[in-house]
Amino acid sequence: MMSLCITLDTKQKISKTNLHQDNTKPIRIMSNDFTRIEVCIKPKEPHLFTDLLTDIWVLTRRSLLHIIKNIDQILGLTIQPIMFMLLFYFVFSGAIEVGDVDYLSFLLPGILVQSLAFGSLYTSLSVATDLQRGITDRLKSLPINSTASITGHVLADLVRNLIQGIILLFTSFFLGFNPSAGVKEWLIIIALSAVFTFAISWLSAIMGLAAKTIESVNWLGFIVIFPLTFASAAFVPTETMPFGLRQFAQNQPVTHIIEAIRALLLGMETGNHIKMSLIWSLIIIAISVPITTILFKQHGRN
Amino acid sequence: MSIINIENLKKFFGKLPVLDGINLSVPQGTMLALLGPNGAGKTTTIKILSTLLKPDGGRAIVNGYDVTCDPRGVRRSIGLTGQYAAIDEFLTGKENLELFGMLYHMHKKDIKRRIPELLERFELTNAASRAVRTYSGGMRRKLDLAACIIASPPVVFLDEPTTGLDPRSRLATWEIIREMMRSQTTILLTTQQLEEADQLANNIAFINEGKIIAEGTSDDLKLRVGGRRLEILLKDNKNAVTASQILEINNIKFNIENRAVNIPTNGNISSLTNILALMEKNSIQIDTFSLRKPTLDDVFMYYTGHKTKDFKN
Repeated sequence: MMSLCITLDTKQKISKTNLHQDNTKPIRIMSNDFTRIEVCIKPKEPHLFTDLLTDIWVLTRRSLLHIIKNIDQILGLTIQPIMFMLLFYFVFSGAIEVGDVDYLSFLLPGILVQSLAFGSLYTSLSVATDLQRGITDRLKSLPINSTASITGHVLADLVRNLIQGIILLFTSFFLGFNPSAGVKEWLIIIALSAVFTFAISWLSAIMGLAAKTIESVNWLGFIVIFPLTFASAAFVPTETMPFGLRQFAQNQPVTHIIEAIRALLLGMETGNHIKMSLIWSLIIIAISVPITTILFKQHGRN
Repeated sequence: MSIINIENLKKFFGKLPVLDGINLSVPQGTMLALLGPNGAGKTTTIKILSTLLKPDGGRAIVNGYDVTCDPRGVRRSIGLTGQYAAIDEFLTGKENLELFGMLYHMHKKDIKRRIPELLERFELTNAASRAVRTYSGGMRRKLDLAACIIASPPVVFLDEPTTGLDPRSRLATWEIIREMMRSQTTILLTTQQLEEADQLANNIAFINEGKIIAEGTSDDLKLRVGGRRLEILLKDNKNAVTASQILEINNIKFNIENRAVNIPTNGNISSLTNILALMEKNSIQIDTFSLRKPTLDDVFMYYTGHKTKDFKN
């Protein structure tokens, strides 16, 4: 548990390569100019895995409480999906030709994935708010794994998106949507939505950490999510798009997940869409989680 | 035994030295006030001690743990309140305390026992089930302090705990801090107000541009700076010139700005009558005069010879 820090005279500088050649594991370099090294007399107390789980649970509980305690969130959560559904349905259904299916059936998966993507932006907002209010600094001074605060926000996005998805589906049932999906298809839809939400939430955590203010978080979110959801198969068939945009729209992650959910709901061929949307989500997770962790630890440390 | 030990601590932002070799030690159960203007390095010191910032040189030991080698040991030993109450707006006061208790990995039983105790002591019992969003600045500050000591840490860092509070809340906060001291907590407090440091701390260290320029008990400092300031407003600049000549001849320390003369005194009648009699004898015309407590500006003037520069954070 105890360790000893030694500050060397600058004349005695040790080089990084020397340390590595000696393979002296208990020694850590503590300063950029290699004048300060640490010798661990006893091994450091490990972060207990159960402690980490407790921290994540406690901070997730905090983020979940925000869902019911923040009036803005409750309103956004209930009104936004209903409004999107009604507006898009009544405005576009007469004008857009989508082939064999009716426009409502075509539209629902698009709106669903769009609200999942926008819902995942709550993480960026929560992360930026924590930074701005000094809560992140406070958490970093506690004996916890403070990245758990971000995990908490990400997990709360999952619950929020689940609620939003259910409200959206019930609105569409009310409008006459009648999907043919069975239990198995619904389970796959839920799993795909969860993995997608998880991925976008971590991406959104990066935006929250990178933005300087809460206002710029909103802009950053729009800039990233708007093109992805609109230049996709969400509202119109991609075949109608001009060259260039069409290729982008047909191959980007949002389109894959929309097509996968659409096919599952309406009993059509899923093609490679399930596989591709999973691969995309996993790639985003694999890149975003480490970047978020590094940015979070670096933040304010200089 | 010193609980906080700082040796030659250095921190640079780019090439600018923010901390330029600071040495401090705080014995167990006492309070050291770090007094200084904006941008002097107070918050940077607290951030290094609470493991939020890495030092660029020197070392800092808190409760036996080195801040760079053993941040986790440090974090288990400290409570921190920053310049702004860092509590959750949407949770209630009680939920916030629960949150911090759980993050300190306290036992459920202890958290249950401690929360009503703290709410009572900080006079927040009635507001306990209200969202913090509805709290006043003073209440937020109190809750922030309560959250910071829920796990009874041996060391507490208070970064400008009364900045932005109205006078009544300030007094209430002082009372809470005094009570923390009675329970043998070691406290490092930063402040811009000489009065606050004077009221609360056993020892005061005066920091400016990343250096400790004076250190001692508040009596030591006051004795050096002068317990009270006599401020004389002279009739015109001509009188001011003569007055400064006379003060200089009589070896009285003073500052002058236009026609306002500022003289450190110990505040007793004989020293005041002496100075005023000197003015009278030399027929110097006075508009008004008053006696006031020294401010940070006076201490600053005394040690640096110029007024505080307003740094923007």
